[in-house]
Amino acid sequence: MSAVLKGLVLSGGRSTRMQQDKAVLHYVGQTQLDRAARLLAEQVEEVFVSVRRDQTGEPVRAKYRQIVDAESVQGPLAGIFAAQAADPDAAWLVVACDLPQLDAKTLATLIAGRDPARLATAYRSSQNQLPEPLCAIYEPASAPALKAFAATGRNCPRKFMINSDTLLLDQPNPQALENVNTPEEFRATSQALGAATRSIRVQYFALLREQAHCSEESVDTAAATPRELFLELKARHAFTLPADMLKVAVNTEFADWSQPLQAGDTVVFIPPVAGG
Amino acid sequence: MSAFRFTRVAIDGSALRGELLDHHCGGYASFEGWVRNHNEGHEVRHLEYEAFEPLGMKEGERIIAEAIRRFGVTRALCVHRIGDLALGDVAVWVGVSSPHRDEAFKACRFIIDEVKHRVPIWKKEHYVNGDSGWVNCERCAADAHSHDAPAAGASPSPHHHEHG
Repeated sequence: MSAVLKGLVLSGGRSTRMQQDKAVLHYVGQTQLDRAARLLAEQVEEVFVSVRRDQTGEPVRAKYRQIVDAESVQGPLAGIFAAQAADPDAAWLVVACDLPQLDAKTLATLIAGRDPARLATAYRSSQNQLPEPLCAIYEPASAPALKAFAATGRNCPRKFMINSDTLLLDQPNPQALENVNTPEEFRATSQALGAATRSIRVQYFALLREQAHCSEESVDTAAATPRELFLELKARHAFTLPADMLKVAVNTEFADWSQPLQAGDTVVFIPPVAGG
Repeated sequence: MSAFRFTRVAIDGSALRGELLDHHCGGYASFEGWVRNHNEGHEVRHLEYEAFEPLGMKEGERIIAEAIRRFGVTRALCVHRIGDLALGDVAVWVGVSSPHRDEAFKACRFIIDEVKHRVPIWKKEHYVNGDSGWVNCERCAADAHSHDAPAAGASPSPHHHEHG
């Protein structure tokens, strides 16, 4: 009898190239993390989110059952190890949170094609034929093999799959596992997914006004939140201030960086103040 | 009239003081922030203040209301200048009247401290040597990219600025 299958969304990555937490990026109105967790919940009874220890209280993650990453290893294996430690008898369907085109069919096909007698079941990449380790099922028997692999100083789960007894399936949707790592890829994917652009009015003050060479502009953008909008405009105008030094106002009131933007909103990014 | 205001013309402290007179009050405290001729070792020629006025007025009003509630003072008022200011100009004025002096001093201090940290006002310093910079913005932005020490002879780097 095959082990019960549980779901794990990996959300503990550093999102370095994206310059913001990938889990909270919005595509067509929902965060990547919410989308991945919802897709998993359609397929398995129990869904967990893997987090770093310092992320447990973050609102976007706090609503989920969490598993804190193992600290003995870097990268996605930290989440997989922690899940296998939390329930060694379960098989884990592991999904990265940065796959905006992941769909129900891809998960259902993986589960239907699963071979519990192998260490893992995964897709063969539609691009390079290599295993896709971050949308894959890890059987309980993979745990000691993964530990032995990591003990040799390696932490790439793809290399593990290449060198172990992994069943590889063909992807039913060749785009489903394309991940998104940079603001440019995010914008391109948002548009491909049909995220509507909308018109936002942006006013600039002080240093930002000088760097934008205007005191206000109307921006057609797919950005769902002030943070996404700022990153888009920071790239356009070469702003020197990082987002974490600014505050933001929407419609003349202080706002949260992740509050959804509406068409017609007026946004002001507030550099460090110096009254008095 | 609003208890927090922006003005583009010179601040007249004695006229503002008149708005705080109240026979219920036995004490009045005020603070003026002036444009001084130096900051962090650099000679300042003049200043330029800019504000996001609609939000600045809301936040300023909230600070005044907090001060009145917290310290039990009778009246409080704050006016901030924007535009170009010369050395010696009053940049900000705070006044508080209350039955007793202790609360007036405390509320006055509270208001100026909160205004400096919360109200969206920005200050650009123009230096005697011709350079200029936005206080609290430019060196911090540079620091966010690099922790290298500035090169010798580099332009002055506006950073934190406290009125005396």
